[in-house]
Amino acid sequence: MNLLGKLSWDAIPLDQPIIMGATAFMVLVIVAVLSFITFKGYWAPLWRDWITSVDHKRIGVMYILLALVMLLRGFSDAIMMRAQQAVAVGGAQGYLPPEHFDQIFSAHGTIMIFFMAMPFVIGVINVVVPLQLGVRDVAFPTLNSVSFWLTASGALLINISLAVGEFAKTGWVAYPPLSELQFSPGVGVDYYLWSLQISGIGTLLSGINFVTTILKLRAPGMGYMRMPVFCWTALATSLLIVAAFPVLTATFAMLLLDRYLGFHFFSVDGGGNAMMYVNLFWVWGHPEVYILVLPAFGIYSEVVATFSGKPLFGYRSMVAATMAICVLSFLVWLHHFFTMGGSADVNGFFGVMTMIIAVPTGVKVFNWLFTMYGGRVRFTVPMLWSIGFMITFVVGGMTGVLMAVPPADFQVHNSLFLVAHFHNTIIGGVVFGLMAGYNYWFPKVFGFRLDERWGKASFWCWFTGFYLAFMPLYAVGLMGMTRRLQHYDNPAWQPWLMVAALGAVVILAGVACQAIQLVVSVRARRQLRDTTGNPWGGRTLEWFTPSPPPAWNFAVLPSVGRFARRTPAKETQDYKAIEMPNNSPIGVITAFFAVVTGFALIWHIWWMAGLGLLGAFVTLLAFAFRRQEEIEVPAVELARFDRAHPAEVMP
Amino acid sequence: MRRGLFAALLIGAAALAGCSEGVLDPKGPIAAADREILFNSLAIMLAIVVPTILATIGVAYWFRSSNRYARYRPDFTYSGRLELLVWSIPAMTVLLVGGVAWIGAHDLDPRKPIDSNVDPVRVQVVSLDWKWLFIYPDQGIASVNHLTVPVGTPVSFELTSSGVMNSFFVPQLGSQIYTMAGMVTRLHLQADHEGTYRGLSANYSGEGFADMRFTVDAVPPEAFAQWIDGARGAGPMLDAGTYAALAKPSSAVAPFTYRSVAPDLFNGILGSAMHMHGSAGHAHSTAQRAEK
Repeated sequence: MNLLGKLSWDAIPLDQPIIMGATAFMVLVIVAVLSFITFKGYWAPLWRDWITSVDHKRIGVMYILLALVMLLRGFSDAIMMRAQQAVAVGGAQGYLPPEHFDQIFSAHGTIMIFFMAMPFVIGVINVVVPLQLGVRDVAFPTLNSVSFWLTASGALLINISLAVGEFAKTGWVAYPPLSELQFSPGVGVDYYLWSLQISGIGTLLSGINFVTTILKLRAPGMGYMRMPVFCWTALATSLLIVAAFPVLTATFAMLLLDRYLGFHFFSVDGGGNAMMYVNLFWVWGHPEVYILVLPAFGIYSEVVATFSGKPLFGYRSMVAATMAICVLSFLVWLHHFFTMGGSADVNGFFGVMTMIIAVPTGVKVFNWLFTMYGGRVRFTVPMLWSIGFMITFVVGGMTGVLMAVPPADFQVHNSLFLVAHFHNTIIGGVVFGLMAGYNYWFPKVFGFRLDERWGKASFWCWFTGFYLAFMPLYAVGLMGMTRRLQHYDNPAWQPWLMVAALGAVVILAGVACQAIQLVVSVRARRQLRDTTGNPWGGRTLEWFTPSPPPAWNFAVLPSVGRFARRTPAKETQDYKAIEMPNNSPIGVITAFFAVVTGFALIWHIWWMAGLGLLGAFVTLLAFAFRRQEEIEVPAVELARFDRAHPAEVMP
Repeated sequence: MRRGLFAALLIGAAALAGCSEGVLDPKGPIAAADREILFNSLAIMLAIVVPTILATIGVAYWFRSSNRYARYRPDFTYSGRLELLVWSIPAMTVLLVGGVAWIGAHDLDPRKPIDSNVDPVRVQVVSLDWKWLFIYPDQGIASVNHLTVPVGTPVSFELTSSGVMNSFFVPQLGSQIYTMAGMVTRLHLQADHEGTYRGLSANYSGEGFADMRFTVDAVPPEAFAQWIDGARGAGPMLDAGTYAALAKPSSAVAPFTYRSVAPDLFNGILGSAMHMHGSAGHAHSTAQRAEK
């Protein structure tokens, strides 16, 4: 019996120059970063302040960092695909053979959804929600750290697949029968399943954490109808996570049973039904769309209100619309497969439901419009992203409703029209929102603003690049081009795909501008310093504490009246000592064992999987029997900190 | 400016797609009806989307902080009448498009036969790794990666797959439908104009997917009869043995025909998909499925 299961030296694709080049680059970057940390002696502070930190702001920053790194990975996949489709016409096969091209589009989708958009959204929620609620941390700070590290484990596993073995060649949805052992005997689908199972648990724990935080921990006086809209959207998203992610986990568990133990949940033979997977996948998959976009809507609500110098128009309407979307998102999943041959009644019902969910979304757009109306609009970087979103997203929403009409969908289903539509909503809706949030809250987290000029350059590159890259895809979709084609024979498609490739390059310039913006801002941090705690004139509670906030966020919890204001403490005796949660390495240790277990299961190394599970269990036991979980911050220290920041804490 | 670009692209797309074999250049009643529904829905929505985009740009520009003429109204945060308006505009739009969707879903249900005085031609479709098999059960012939249909005659398709899911799609004839192993989907199409149309699989099915193309020749009924006669006179026979050889994975297969087809082969394929690794234990459940 082989001690290493299916793993051997053959697993490393030494004959594939592109893959080996990418691997070498990845290894070089990792080695460079690790040597830099060692050389500078940063290991101890890194361990103390970040890796074992349970501070929601630091965990949020780590989530966003992970998302930005994964954005680069997913984006390089996108550039490769656009380049391939720009050249592989007629007899030409392009530069990517099918087995490589198929892995690239599968990895692109998986990484962008699960390891770029999700961590970014959860990262922003982490940073902002406790501050906006006026509390000191989330409900379960250590669990929060575990969530993050499990997400990072999934991301690590999926990137290991680049160098060791292969990734799935099934598309990011991994429909059976194609993803069953019979048609995908390699480890690719196993990498897909285990990395998403591990990160999925992290996401679910995050959802539970934030539902509890928002429902149970709010500043005194903050009733539900006084919560900022971003908190409402975070609540809706967390509820959706709690309801939807278990479906995904169970679905993947069934596929894993099929693949590992010969069950027949989704196989063609033995009474299985692959279409059940398709249904279950989208029972998770459509709420997932709203898990991503609702917090983005929340960000726009904050940004548009702040930079119009007005409170949000129609707050109650916004809350109602958010919660309506939250419920309705579970009633539309079948529109992902009208072409399965369901009856006219079924297709008609889900078509109409899909359109109904567009109503609250439309309401939101109008409310942002009326927020700007009568305001004093400042065209800062976050505001540009928001206006860019309003223009772009209505187009994406329109094509979405178009595809909710079953006969129209029969013609454009799975075409590049569909690809253009969901990039239109996910880039134009989610990514634009996250970029707005990144520019908006950066000064709060780091104490200095981001450079405006490079930020604007980045926005304009992304904005024009987006239109150049995706409007042609609408066109070729109508011309009958289906998605995931490694090559094609219709020369009429090629000019459009070349424009799309050009658009991807313009977006690349936007990404480069963002990197430059960060570097320039860090270097000019003294000039860009925010000494007020409220650089934009915001009205929500996160702007009533210094930038960056102390670990305890608020020395004295703010009390919320009709307008959010805190009661400043003046004298030392007004302060009371507070308890803050202790750092904990449990997150990173659990993640280590999760990676070991996942890797072992992918390669059928059973003894190692057992050890990994045992290790995770022992870690949990050690955590359960811990002696000290909190440290006390004395009143004197709180008073001293507040005295050092008079402008910020006493508005 | 962006909007102009989008409009220009849409018009450009319509123009170019019109002459390059897409869904906007229909050659049969189903594709024409699909396109009409697409255009109607688009028109209803553009009527609200275009003003919204214009209003966004206009409001943001007019209320810029440097504009001295714009009135600052920081207390304008609620208006019952406007709330009514913002809920009813999208609701009414959706009412209209929803009507189009509901009626369209019924009128263009892929299972619904096409009204015609002409008897339909029956075709059984099997998607294989990675090619298409078309069986003409009434004519007793079959072809691979090539479909010939008579103009002006409804074609009644029954579709299944040998293993992996695909989607049968001829953009210029209309509605696509999935092919799934162990299950039969139904589709009715018709070509009204002579010509050669592109067909493809519209659901990714693995390594040879990009080459899962076929051509559709729409010919006059007499030419169709001639084609059938020609096919009967040449080519191999399709039975369980030759089917097994055909079903082995291969891609970019040049079109050819079978001069005869073993009776009930299609149902055999349908059944065998379900007991690929079949044992006695499974037989019961698969039998139940087949009955359904």
